[in-house]
Amino acid sequence: MEKRVTFRGWFLPLCLIAPQIVISAVFFFFPAGQAVWQSLFIPDPFGLSSQFVGLGNFKYLLGDPYYRASFVTTAIFSTLVTLASMIPALFLAVLADRLVKSAGVYRTLLIWPYAVAPAVAGVLWMFMFNTRVGVVAWYLGQLGYDWNHVLDGTEAMGLVVVASSWGRISYNFLFFFAALQAVPRSIIEAAAIDGARFWRRFFTIVLPLLSPTTFFLLVVNIVYAFFETFGVIHTITAGGPQQATTILVYKVFSDGFVGQDLGSSAAQSVILLGVVGLLTVLQFKYIEKRVHY
Amino acid sequence: MATEITGMVQRRGAGLWLTHLAMIAGVLVIFFPIWLAFVASTVTQPEIVRPPMPLWPGDQLIENYTAALFSGVNVPVLTMLGNSLVMAVGIAVGKIVISLTSAFAIVYFRFPGRNLFFWLIFLTLMLPVEVRIVPTYEVIAGFGMLNSYSGLIFPLIASATATFLFRQFYLTVPDELAEAARVDGARPMRFFWDILLPMSRTNIAALFVILFIYGWNQFLWPLLITTDPSMNTIVMGIKQMFPSGDDLANWPVIMATSILAMIPPVVVVVSMQKLFIRGLVDSEK
Repeated sequence: MEKRVTFRGWFLPLCLIAPQIVISAVFFFFPAGQAVWQSLFIPDPFGLSSQFVGLGNFKYLLGDPYYRASFVTTAIFSTLVTLASMIPALFLAVLADRLVKSAGVYRTLLIWPYAVAPAVAGVLWMFMFNTRVGVVAWYLGQLGYDWNHVLDGTEAMGLVVVASSWGRISYNFLFFFAALQAVPRSIIEAAAIDGARFWRRFFTIVLPLLSPTTFFLLVVNIVYAFFETFGVIHTITAGGPQQATTILVYKVFSDGFVGQDLGSSAAQSVILLGVVGLLTVLQFKYIEKRVHY
Repeated sequence: MATEITGMVQRRGAGLWLTHLAMIAGVLVIFFPIWLAFVASTVTQPEIVRPPMPLWPGDQLIENYTAALFSGVNVPVLTMLGNSLVMAVGIAVGKIVISLTSAFAIVYFRFPGRNLFFWLIFLTLMLPVEVRIVPTYEVIAGFGMLNSYSGLIFPLIASATATFLFRQFYLTVPDELAEAARVDGARPMRFFWDILLPMSRTNIAALFVILFIYGWNQFLWPLLITTDPSMNTIVMGIKQMFPSGDDLANWPVIMATSILAMIPPVVVVVSMQKLFIRGLVDSEK
């Protein structure tokens, strides 16, 4: 789409666009270029010189069992976060949709957790399950279950998944709720006259009509799980135990800043750039032709 | 007839109460972590470290919050709140200002390099800060911007979302307005100030809500570049309050800080709910 009516001149528009271009160049393109450049080198331990290794860093990474494990961890983590944040959200949205009059009150109550930072959410959940003082961990102990996410990788994964999904439920709820409100009442009523019960109506009519929203949320939640959950993981498990919760973004951080392995960290950044690119393309595909029946 | 059908679609009687009950249960489960944090921020340390801790607030509210706000663990929480406020407002205002003008340039002018610039901005959509942390850190360190507000703000204000939002909006502004402005001999900037900007008010407000929360909730970036505790933001500062090793954490103060960290974004979201939802939908589509 283009405007028919435009203003003349080239100097003014250049000035108007300059701040964004300069900031993008300095803080986006230059560092991204650096990441690509650094990924081709291995710096010596003192950081004085570096040796060109071509795709050596990538080759090493792809053969590195820890990196491959991190890929699997990320896949499991993001799948679980997506499911754990979308299914309860859809359920709550369906309930709220039936409570026409009081839906607004519930919505106000439910959007709270969205405003809580992932890192703060991490602290809240870590407090509940803390092995020494956690209330939930204590009651689990009373029931005979010995909770210890500091030692048990599966429990650690479960905890970071729940803590990451928690605030996302609000977000997904808002989108599902809006989509449900947009479903034409006449279709639902027609199906009701034909004798379709609630759940049958839900699966055969409502859910298909929600597919654009569902697909959009799938992509957005995967992006969230990949890139925005750093705070949760850093506060609860710091990637442990034994890297059981080291997702790809966390590994870029721990290899680059803790391990000081800049070449490898840069190569990981480049691989992640590829992943982001792929997800963005997917998202735009969606915008172009919305999934519909 | 009509009411009969409505009766089939919307629940009445027992079903209605059941739905309410399920909904309330959902809300309670979702609220539990916040409630627990609040309770922990109102009791004494011994009450917490001897589990199970109480599930009802104690009488230490004022003591704990005063301790957190004015002494904290490493640095008073009041200082961290101030830093977070500067960062969140800086990011929100910065993004909005550069996006308003660059979208204006792209939509209302034809100039050399316009397409190239458009694509350059578009590409920044794809680069979350988490992905390029090491090189970005080096750039900031090179400029001597570690432990500074500009270092906290600048790397996070260049992103394309806001620019796209304003571009979409400008495209819906009737051409007649620009035409009339031109006929009247108004300069482009006059048109921008007097017509475009006032028309964008709601969009600006909606975006501000979203960006404020985005900025407030940043964790990794401030963690990397603020080594000086007096520059810590509250969201990353909570993590710094935990002692390294096996020492006991000061739970009441940490939990009071967690509650303080969520109050500003929660107040913004709840009090500007309509704008918030609008901003959310606009900025994601």
